[in-house]
Amino acid sequence: MDTLTQNIQTIPLNHYIILCSIIFSIGVMGVLIRRNAIVIFMSVELMLNAVNLLLTVFSAYRGDATGQVFVFFIMALAAAEVAVGLSIIVMIYRNTNSLDINVLNRLKW
Amino acid sequence: MSLFYFIAFLSILFALLVIFSKNPVHSVLYLILTFFTFTIHYILLNAQFLAVVNFIVYMGAIMVLFLFVIMLLNLNKDAEPVKSAIIKLAGIIGGGCLLVTIVASVKALGISEPVILHNADLGLVKNLGKILFGEFLLPFEVSSLLLFSAMVGAVLLATKDKSNA
Amino acid sequence: MINNYIWLIPILPLIGFIINGVGRNALSKSLIGFIGSTVVLASFVLSVLAFLQINKTGTPINIQLFDWIKVANLDIPFSFLIDQLSSIMLLIITGVGFLIHVYSVGYMHDDAGFGKFFSYLNLFVFFMLLLVLGSNYVVMFIGWEGVGLCSYLLIGFWYSNGEYAEAAKKAFVMNRIGDLGFLIGIFVIFNAFGSIAYADVFHKAEALHSGNSTVLLITILLFIGATGKSAQIPLFTWLPDAMAGPTPVSALIHAATMVTAGVYMIARSNILFTLSPVTMHIIAVIGLMTLVLAALIAITQTDIKKVLAYSTVSQLGYMFLGLGVGAYTGAFFHVLTHAFFKALLFLGAGSVIHAVSGEQDMRKMGGLRGKLPITFATMLIGTIAISGIPPFSGFFSKDEILANVYAHNQILWVFGVIGAMFTSFYMFRMLFLTFYGKFRGTHEQEHHLHESPSSITIPLIILAILSIVGGFINIPEIMGGGHWLESFLAPVFEKSTLLEKVDKNYLSVSTEWILMGVSVAVAVFALGWAYGKYITKAQLPAADTEELPAFTSLSYNKFYIDEIYDMLIRKPLDALSVFFYKIVDQLGIDGFVNGLGKGSLEASKDLRLLQSGNVGFYIFVMVIGIVALLVYNIFRF
Repeated sequence: MDTLTQNIQTIPLNHYIILCSIIFSIGVMGVLIRRNAIVIFMSVELMLNAVNLLLTVFSAYRGDATGQVFVFFIMALAAAEVAVGLSIIVMIYRNTNSLDINVLNRLKW
Repeated sequence: MSLFYFIAFLSILFALLVIFSKNPVHSVLYLILTFFTFTIHYILLNAQFLAVVNFIVYMGAIMVLFLFVIMLLNLNKDAEPVKSAIIKLAGIIGGGCLLVTIVASVKALGISEPVILHNADLGLVKNLGKILFGEFLLPFEVSSLLLFSAMVGAVLLATKDKSNA
Repeated sequence: MINNYIWLIPILPLIGFIINGVGRNALSKSLIGFIGSTVVLASFVLSVLAFLQINKTGTPINIQLFDWIKVANLDIPFSFLIDQLSSIMLLIITGVGFLIHVYSVGYMHDDAGFGKFFSYLNLFVFFMLLLVLGSNYVVMFIGWEGVGLCSYLLIGFWYSNGEYAEAAKKAFVMNRIGDLGFLIGIFVIFNAFGSIAYADVFHKAEALHSGNSTVLLITILLFIGATGKSAQIPLFTWLPDAMAGPTPVSALIHAATMVTAGVYMIARSNILFTLSPVTMHIIAVIGLMTLVLAALIAITQTDIKKVLAYSTVSQLGYMFLGLGVGAYTGAFFHVLTHAFFKALLFLGAGSVIHAVSGEQDMRKMGGLRGKLPITFATMLIGTIAISGIPPFSGFFSKDEILANVYAHNQILWVFGVIGAMFTSFYMFRMLFLTFYGKFRGTHEQEHHLHESPSSITIPLIILAILSIVGGFINIPEIMGGGHWLESFLAPVFEKSTLLEKVDKNYLSVSTEWILMGVSVAVAVFALGWAYGKYITKAQLPAADTEELPAFTSLSYNKFYIDEIYDMLIRKPLDALSVFFYKIVDQLGIDGFVNGLGKGSLEASKDLRLLQSGNVGFYIFVMVIGIVALLVYNIFRF
């Protein structure tokens, strides 16, 4: 363990930030590109995870445990969100028999 | 150090595969792999509790849920709707802009210090538990309420209407 | 002491205006005529009393009625000043005005707008009196504008005829152009002298040296005002067109009073003008040009009133010529005598027109000598007076001006004499064509020929007597006279005279006699020429259908000045107005306002498309928005 933790002592903070940004924007692209509702949902999960990682990095950087606690709550929340979100998707599938988000266009003027 | 970069590369690769694969089941599997790499990242930072929770909750619960739903709806490659090329391009450009903006802002900050773990024991279960039940007791309890309401909501939404059945 | 009653002088005609105006349909014609004439007569009586007092004491009467405008340094009281100059003007206005009111009772008897006519006439007299009574430039300006208004109302009296209404509009607009110059002049006076009261301005002006640039500016602006009101070049074309009004109007306004307002104004401000020799020169040249031009046009006109109108313009040119060479008394003397004989001539013409049932073309008149004896006799007197043949009044006034002109500049004098020759020619031409030979009108008109009633002929006779004796108030010393008018008006002009004494060269006695002789000879020569042409050879002016030789055609068509003005000024202004209407107003302003509405509609139509209902699109826009926010924040720091 110690060797591992010592390993990362030379990685600059910026690199972590860049990594998380890349994953976050990949998630954004996923939301924009795909039309399947479930895949969009998964991209959202990807975004959440990127943020989780970043928070943890900062918590380790500053020696403050608040970051990690926050990550814990985010995970709890993500779980709840997935539950509800997937049930909604099931409902939609039952009503329209399709998972294409272009079908769901009643939100217009 | 090189481990970090290798794992990082893997995360990015699998994330890309998540969004670019046609079959949704494949997307789910790639996502699980991405979460796996994330767990390793957590371990590298000595956030042991989070690593374990990530593993159990995300990969174990959430992704399984996703798979259940996909199986339930019987999705496969043929049912996948296709977006026009322009929209895909626009999406990629949009996301790209976001990335560029964030990286640019980071670059503007200049060289940063390396991540030195002042308190390496911060991520241990015991220490985190102490803080969780100490300062953050109230949010902890409230989050239980949150999970409860989510459960109720999900059940309510998903049950078929008795009169229409 | 007359001082307490001075305020009645203008108020009485105003009361007449109100009564006649309100009751124009209710009161009987004789009552309206009586009220209208009596108020002017009462003002005349008061004016005589004022004149006698001033003649005796020699001190001007100053009466302040009330504080009118008092703002910061601007103090304009509503006050009257009667000195020698204004007392004579008062006499002319009320005296000749009264005679014309009496005349109108007979002349306008058959007209439906009888009451309206008298109320307008009274209003005019009120404003004219205000003009000459004012003790500062602003009260004069009130009167100035007011007479312009009344002139418009009276010229366009028969407004149902489109041409007459156009003529009235033309008069008003041209007056207005001059008034702008006058108004700016008042502003500059206030700016330079800190006050617009005559006493203050003239007192301060004494201290300035000749050729001062501010005074030059002021005098030029005041002269522009005078040009408009007194029909000099270039603002004279309204006066011939103003003959569209009833003949008493032409007599009162366009012969005796309103057109002399410009002369009065310059005579009043004589110190300012004497301090500016450049302006004086301009005035003299313009007066001369007007004199000659109008005379040239008058020699071919066939409408009797038009001949008299151009004659008025020409005589006004004489007055301005006199003012321009510094002969203030001479010019004012001519105002006086001109009021007499020009009013006489116009009223006589009115009598003739009345007799031939409305015909105004002289080619259709003739041989009226026997049928209209009184009219003929009085018009003969008027014609001799205007031609400058002694001992009638016109000779003395015209000669005084010409003598002063000769002393100033001999070339101007030559043209003045030529103008006098033409004056005599066209006036006698008018007389011969109208009264001599055989009657050339229709049988119907011949049947109706009769002498006019006494309400018309009595004023003619009175004015004829005045035209004969009017000259005797200012007989020059070399003829043994006392030059009474000059000495009477001396206090008004004394500051100018002091300045002028430096460069005026006095004429020797023999030169003066020669000048007089030349002008008389020229007038008699023209009389003989007209006699030979129109009586011995019995020539007539050409009919409308005939082709005229070049110069005659040019003169008959008024040298196309109206057409030139139309082309140079009116058409560009019309084009400008159309431009502003079509482009600036319709396209620009309306387009802008309507465009705002249309733009909102279009924008909303386009914005509505954002709400496509497509969730993917919404998310995309959200991402773009977030990127924009981040970029903004980067650039903030």
